[in-house]
Amino acid sequence: MTQESKRYWLDRPENVARLYRGLWIAGAMLVLLDLVVHRHAEADFDGWFSFYSVYGFVACVALVLAAKVLRRMVMRAEDYYDR
Amino acid sequence: MIAELPAGLILIAAGLMLPLVPRAARGVVSLGAPVLALAQLLWIGPGYRLEAEAFGFALELVRTDRLSLAFGYIFTIAAFLNALYSWHQRDGAEQPAALVYAGSALAAVFAGDMLTLFVFWELSAVAAALVIWAGGRRRAYGAGMRYLAIQLASGMLLAAGAALRHADTGSLAFDFIGLGTPAGALILLAVGIKCAFPFLHNWLQDAYPEASPTGTVILSAFTTKLGIYALARGFPGTESLIWIGAAMAAFPIFYAVIENDLRRVLAYSLNNQLGFMVVGIGLGTDMGLNGAVAHAFADILFKGLLFMSMGAVLLRAGTVNGSDLGGLYKSMPWTTGFCIVGAASISAFPLFSGFVTKSMIMASAAQEGHQWVWLILLFASAGVFHHAGIKIPFFAFFAHDSGIRCKEAPAPMLLAMGITAALCIGIGIFPAMLYAILPLPVVYEPYTASHVLAQLQLLVFSALAFSWLMRNGIYPPELRSVNLDFDWIYRGLGRRTALGAEAAMSIAWKRASQWKAGMRDGLARAARRYHAPGGVFDRTWPSGISALWMMVMLLALLIAGYLA
Repeated sequence: MTQESKRYWLDRPENVARLYRGLWIAGAMLVLLDLVVHRHAEADFDGWFSFYSVYGFVACVALVLAAKVLRRMVMRAEDYYDR
Repeated sequence: MIAELPAGLILIAAGLMLPLVPRAARGVVSLGAPVLALAQLLWIGPGYRLEAEAFGFALELVRTDRLSLAFGYIFTIAAFLNALYSWHQRDGAEQPAALVYAGSALAAVFAGDMLTLFVFWELSAVAAALVIWAGGRRRAYGAGMRYLAIQLASGMLLAAGAALRHADTGSLAFDFIGLGTPAGALILLAVGIKCAFPFLHNWLQDAYPEASPTGTVILSAFTTKLGIYALARGFPGTESLIWIGAAMAAFPIFYAVIENDLRRVLAYSLNNQLGFMVVGIGLGTDMGLNGAVAHAFADILFKGLLFMSMGAVLLRAGTVNGSDLGGLYKSMPWTTGFCIVGAASISAFPLFSGFVTKSMIMASAAQEGHQWVWLILLFASAGVFHHAGIKIPFFAFFAHDSGIRCKEAPAPMLLAMGITAALCIGIGIFPAMLYAILPLPVVYEPYTASHVLAQLQLLVFSALAFSWLMRNGIYPPELRSVNLDFDWIYRGLGRRTALGAEAAMSIAWKRASQWKAGMRDGLARAARRYHAPGGVFDRTWPSGISALWMMVMLLALLIAGYLA
C-alpha cells in the first residue's frame, strides 16, 4: 500500500515541535492583544489583565491533576461489571 | 389535512410502517418522514391547538408556541440527519425504532397536557430502549434494560406528579409548575432523570455508548433535550437549578478526562453541556432561557456530529477506545475534518455554533450576579475544550500512529456529517438565523472584540495546557478500564446485595426442605421437585426483569387509576 509508506507532515517530530512553538506564540500574541483591546468585563474579575489566559491554563492543569487522583479511586478492570 | 394530525404522528407512523416497506424504498421513507414533519411544523406555526377529550379529561394533543417549535424544528432536522447517517442500516429494528423514538419525543414536546406528555414520554423511552438493544452486543442488552427501568421510573414520577397536581388544581395543563408543591417536586424529579441531574445521570453514560455506531447518534438527540424542554416549560427561574446545573457542568468533565471509550467521553460531555442549559433555565431570565434553548439546538447538532464521527471510527476501525486508536487522519481525512468542526463547535470557538449559544447563558449568569456559578461555567468551558475539543480528535485521529489502516466512512455518513458540520458553522457565522426562532426576543451580540479575544485566550491556553501536560508526560495515558461512577450503587453494590440475598434464600430453602424431609417423606419429595437444583424455585431470575415487570404493573395500575 502506498498509504503505508507515505510519510505525513505530522509524522516528523520536528514539525510537531514547530506546531507546539506556534501555539505558544499565538498565546503570547493573544496576551499582548489584551493591552490593545479594551475587554469589558462580565464579572468582577475578568477585567484583570490576561485573566482568561491564566484561568484557562490553570483550570486545565488542575482538571487533569484532579482527574489523575480520581482515576486512582475509581478505575477498575475493563470487565469489572461483566464478572 | 396533514396539518390536522398531531405533530410527531408522521414519524411514528413512518416508523411502524417501515418494516413493511420494500427494502429499496426504506431509505426514502426514513428521509421523507422528517422532511414532511418539518414542513408540517412550518405550516402550522405558533398558536395552534388541537384539543380532544379522552377518559373524561380535556386533552390538548398539540400546542405550538415558540418554545415547543424551536425544539420541534431541531428534532425533525436531527431525525433527518440520523436517517441519512444510518442509510446503510436499513435492515433490522433500529431504523423503525429510531423513527418512533424521534416521533414520540416530538409529540411529547407538543403535548399541551400532562397525560399526553406522559404517554409520549413513556413511548419515547421504550423506543429508545429498542434502539439500544439493536446494538446487539451482550452489554447493550443489560444497559438497555437499566435504561428502560430508569426511564420508566421517570415516567412513573411524572404520572404521580401529574395526578397530584390534578387533584390540587383540577387541571392537567402542562405550563409553569414550579417547585412549591409535592406535585412539583415529583415532576421535577421525573424531568431531572431525563436531564441527567447529578446522581440521576448514569443511565446516559451507561447506555448510550453501548448502542450501535448509528444508534448512539440517534439517542444523543432526543431524550435529554426532551428533558431540557420540559424543564424550560415547567421550571424556569427555579433557583436550585442554577446550582444543580453548575454541578452538572463541572463534575462529568473529570470523568471525561480519564475515560477510555471515546463515545463514553462524549456522553460525559453531553452531561456537561446539559449543565449549561439547566443553569440557563434556573436563571429564568430572557437571555438565560434563550441561551438554554439555543444551546440545546446547537448541542443536538455538534454533539450529533461528534457521535457521528466516532460512530464512523467504530464502524471502520472496530473500536473507539482511545488506547487502541491513533493516526486515523491518514485513513479517514474527511471524518477527521468533520470531527474537528464538531470539536470546535462544542468548544465555542468563534465562528462555530457553541460560541453564539453558550455565551448567552454565561453572560446571563454574570449579569444576575452569580459570580461563582460564572467561574464554574468558565472552568467547565475550558474543560470541555480540553476533553471533547482536544482529547476526542487527538486520541482518535492523531496521537501515536496505531497502525490501523481502514477505509474512509461510507458516503451517506460523510454526507450526513458534512451537512451537520455546515449547520454548526452556519449557526456560528449567522447567529441571527438561530436567534430568530428562539422563544423570546434576543438582545445579544456575540461578536464583540472583547468576547472573541476572551474566548480565544481561554481556548488557546487550554490547548497549551494540554500540549504542555502531554509533552511532559503528565497527561494520564488512555488505559483500558472501567471507571466507577454513581451507577456502582446499583450495578455493583445493589447487584451484589441481590445476589447475596438470593444465595441466602436458596440456602434457607434447602435447609427448609431438609427439615421437611426429616418430617415427612411425601412432602420432601414434592419439595425436592420444586426446590432442588433446576426446580422452579431454584432458578435465578435476573433482577432487571422483575424490576421491569413491577414497572409494567405499576404503569397499568396508574392508567387504571386515571380511567377510574
